[in-house]
Amino acid sequence: MRRLLPFLNGYKKESIVGPLFKLLEAAFELIVPLIMAQIIDVGIRYRNVPYIWKMGAVLVVFGVLGLGCSLLAQYFAAKAAVGFGTGLRHELFRHIGLLSYAEIDKAGSSTLVVRMTSDINQVQSGVNLVLRLFLRSPFIVVGAMIMSFTIDVKVAVIFLITVPVMSLVIYGIMMLTIPLYKNVQKSLDQVLLSTRENLAGIRVIRAFRTQNQEKEEFEEKSSRLMRYQQLVGKISALLNPMTYVLVNLGIIAVVWYGGGAVEAGRIKQGEVIALVNYMTQILLALVALANLIVSFTKAMASAGRINEVFDLKPGITDGPENAQKGGKNVFGTDPLPRVTMQDVTFFYEGSQAPALSHISFSAEVGETIGIIGGTGCGKSTLVNLIPRFYDVSKGAVCVNGTDVKAWELGVLREAIGVVPQKAVLFHGTIRENMKMGKEDASDEEIRSALKTAQALEIVENKPEGLDTIVSEGGKNLSGGQRQRLTIARALVRQPQVLILDDSASALDFATDSRLRRALKEDTSGMTVFIVSQRAASIMYADRIIVLDDGEIAGCGTHKELLGSCQVYQEICYSQLSREEVG
Amino acid sequence: MSRRNDGTVKKILRFIKPYLHYLALSLVFAVISVALTLYAPILTGNAIDDIIGTGQVDFDSIFYILKILAVVIFITSAAQWLMNLCNNTITYRVVKDVRTRAFAQLEILPLRYIDSHQYGETISRIITDVEQFSDGLLMGFTQLFTGIVTIVGTLIFMLSINVKISLVVVLITPLSLFVASFIAKRTYTMFRAQSEARAKMTSLVDEMVGNQKVVQAFGYGERALDRFDEINGKLQEVSLKAIFFSSITNPSTRFVNGLVYAGVGIVGAFTAISGAISVGQLSCFLSYANQYTKPFNEISSVVTELQNAFACAKRVFDFIEETPEIPDDPDAAAMGQADGSLKLEDVSFSYKKEVTLLEHLKLEVKPGQKIAIVGPTGCGKTTLINLLMRFYDVDAGQIILSGHDIREVTRDSLRANYGMVLQETWLKSGTVEENIAYGRPNTPREDIIAAAKAAHAHGFIKRMKDGYDTFIQEEGGNLSQGQKQLLCIARVMLNLPPMLILDEATSSIDTRTEIKIQEAFQKMMEGRTSFIVAHRLSTIREADVILVMKDGNIIEQGNHEELLRVGGFYKNLYESQFAH
Repeated sequence: MRRLLPFLNGYKKESIVGPLFKLLEAAFELIVPLIMAQIIDVGIRYRNVPYIWKMGAVLVVFGVLGLGCSLLAQYFAAKAAVGFGTGLRHELFRHIGLLSYAEIDKAGSSTLVVRMTSDINQVQSGVNLVLRLFLRSPFIVVGAMIMSFTIDVKVAVIFLITVPVMSLVIYGIMMLTIPLYKNVQKSLDQVLLSTRENLAGIRVIRAFRTQNQEKEEFEEKSSRLMRYQQLVGKISALLNPMTYVLVNLGIIAVVWYGGGAVEAGRIKQGEVIALVNYMTQILLALVALANLIVSFTKAMASAGRINEVFDLKPGITDGPENAQKGGKNVFGTDPLPRVTMQDVTFFYEGSQAPALSHISFSAEVGETIGIIGGTGCGKSTLVNLIPRFYDVSKGAVCVNGTDVKAWELGVLREAIGVVPQKAVLFHGTIRENMKMGKEDASDEEIRSALKTAQALEIVENKPEGLDTIVSEGGKNLSGGQRQRLTIARALVRQPQVLILDDSASALDFATDSRLRRALKEDTSGMTVFIVSQRAASIMYADRIIVLDDGEIAGCGTHKELLGSCQVYQEICYSQLSREEVG
Repeated sequence: MSRRNDGTVKKILRFIKPYLHYLALSLVFAVISVALTLYAPILTGNAIDDIIGTGQVDFDSIFYILKILAVVIFITSAAQWLMNLCNNTITYRVVKDVRTRAFAQLEILPLRYIDSHQYGETISRIITDVEQFSDGLLMGFTQLFTGIVTIVGTLIFMLSINVKISLVVVLITPLSLFVASFIAKRTYTMFRAQSEARAKMTSLVDEMVGNQKVVQAFGYGERALDRFDEINGKLQEVSLKAIFFSSITNPSTRFVNGLVYAGVGIVGAFTAISGAISVGQLSCFLSYANQYTKPFNEISSVVTELQNAFACAKRVFDFIEETPEIPDDPDAAAMGQADGSLKLEDVSFSYKKEVTLLEHLKLEVKPGQKIAIVGPTGCGKTTLINLLMRFYDVDAGQIILSGHDIREVTRDSLRANYGMVLQETWLKSGTVEENIAYGRPNTPREDIIAAAKAAHAHGFIKRMKDGYDTFIQEEGGNLSQGQKQLLCIARVMLNLPPMLILDEATSSIDTRTEIKIQEAFQKMMEGRTSFIVAHRLSTIREADVILVMKDGNIIEQGNHEELLRVGGFYKNLYESQFAH
């Protein structure tokens, strides 16, 4: 939590003034019993009617003042907390934007989303609560004790005993229940898991006729959850009765010793009532504090989770080569090979075995390179190294003869069009989606990219054309349509290198082959990497790299590989018939 | 509650019925604890009346009163605790029953329902809504209940002491309710604005952070941040309003309490001067004034909570009341082992009435034949599986499996005749052994190993840390796609039924594993009628019948040579693969 405090910096005034007004309000509340005691001991005893009116008016004025103070306090607290949340949100979003693939893999996208939303909300309300109430409760407790001392020191000793005992009881119950709540959460997760599994596997479950078995398992998990809830309930249900007993024992003591003090002439009857009142105020304040601590623990946990994200340091940052030095004009005219890999070895974080080992090849300007192999063989990893989404563990990746680590990231990535495996489109018009890669793309540029990607018909079939709204996640489009649109999106920026990472899998064979032909005809000088599991998709590439378990098992044309590469033969013959293999 | 909640309340009561005795006990304890809680201030007041001034303190009387007070306190707290226990018990048991019932519904709902609702939606019925309902119910029991008893009890006690002062309390208190509801109405619109802004923010974050990799690949980060900041600013604005206005409820009601207190003080003081009440009785009133307003404040928040709980309960009950699958015909016989022949007679089917899908489909399959289903993704290959397994019922026509109309036999006995390996591999979180022996507990280890060997899964299982006892995480997280599919094959291998439905993997499996899967498939299919959703031409060419599907319908049917001769979609599909 402390690490997040700087986000309150812009709201220093509010964060100090807010609690101060809150304390002021509490002070008014603390004086009320004393005034009441005066009414009893002066007004009633001496039948002083004007005095009662006067004091009554004071009570009302104090009430109004208290209301004013606390409204101000709430306003400042809300302002500071919301400002805090807004700043934190901005910073976290910016931070996530800087993370590289390795860190995103480590954290997981869905986790990041949760941290961005519900965790920040949780912390924001935590801050609000602290500013409003955290000082108030202890202040009332201490204040009530001090007030009791001003009335009578001997009787006030009772407070010195009762308050610590009550705090201890509240603390003890909380310490007992908090770990138990974790058990409740765990069993709830199990129940959730069961439900999710049953939804995902509903066909298998019915095919295997195990509905009853699943029901029994669920009932067991559900019962376990119930038992944990009841256990926690039993203990936390002790809180109110126990504090009630303690406070009232305190009151009994106050009345008894207060009686003695009155007999000795040290205090008056009304003051005994005031003492009883203070005891009740302390109880209320302590119970409020206990609830506060529970909410605060939640906020702390969220703060911890947010800090975990801030702890992820972007592993990939700009290299020293800026746009001028690397020069945009160098692209395209450069005689060097467009992409080279020199003895590249790559480990994913925490993994023992390399995902890629000793990869060397070079791809020329205008060349189409097919990459094939089974899943887990490192195809996607290989192409992800070119735009420097990951850094190599050993060796070097060069684009236009310059190590990718030397490039300014923005310049490097602008030259590369990537079509990822998962066809993701964003909520907005098709035009907006197309402009993602090139902010100032004209409609002609977009149309020509769509044409190459075989996606023009999708747009032309819609009445709104380029202004057609893509719903969230592109749900209003089919898988094949989405894939073609994502390919077009990458083409809009007219990249020097185009990477198709298994991104034509949802296309039927005919569209797939039309796409390949169009890519060849419409884009001169562009180096294209086609990653696929389908031999048919890559067999006509200029060169094919066959990957097997992170190593290059063969590199060459379809014909060459059929003659020399056993892995390639296996793949082809498992997918194609003999005459198709050729 | 409003009338629209009536039905829901009745349904909730039905679930509470088994625990009525707890409810009765809880009521008794509530009355005891509230009555005694209210009696305690009277005792304190009496004791204070014995402390008038120096030489006027009656210690004997005080001692006697305090002794009674001590007893009262202990009984009160015991009653409070027991009441809480009863409430906990009722709530958690009722909720468990509701949850279990909702889950049971999941198992009998037609697939039509499951397929047409998002998982998240269904999960939130069974988990989130039930939890919210539980929170509301518990709060209702503990606070609403005691709150009402406290209000009524305080009124009675106050009236019994002094009518005039009681009137002051009764007249001022509603002010707090009024203020609270006034604020609540104002805040409602602000909260709605806040949650709208939040929803916008969440969906932007979901898109941008969830697809951070794409954002980075296109260098969209800066622009994303701009869009984010815009929404963030808007959220700040509406949040400030919502939070501030909702947080003024407490000070305002506290202010009303203060007024009540002052009112009681002034009127009480005058009454005490006139001698109608003693100072002790005044102190008793003062503590009532505090107690009396508290439940009012609580009730207003409980009512909101309860309304939310009822809304959740309603959603849960709606789910529970969804029409289940048409049960098996009471005369339905359990069919035995099928002979492998299958006939589709004039079958028509569609998911939506407006959109026709399968129409007058005819197909005759002889025992042991291989039927390949081909077509582009999303062409409706699963539709056929849905009908064969009777996940969906045909709209017209019949499906006849070894002489039985499949609607005339029990679903279980029908499905027992099919072995199914789908591309979306599904494994339970449990051990490897449990997964292979899924649906057949107590299968001896040797049989499991034999099945794993037949599925070529034994090798990798043995290499895993705990072999067959290795725990498979949620959604098979610690296995590769190919390994998951091999386990699914082993699961079917354990008990091979006469009919098979196999879904060839389009992707995601390395070459070696793929060859193993192919071998396993071949072994399974020996002598069995098999439906294969085929992606490999080798499979397609060897099939006895090829069903070519497009846009949900079977457009061509025949073997490889026949279909090439027809020169239709299949020929096009087949040849396009080699177009250059």
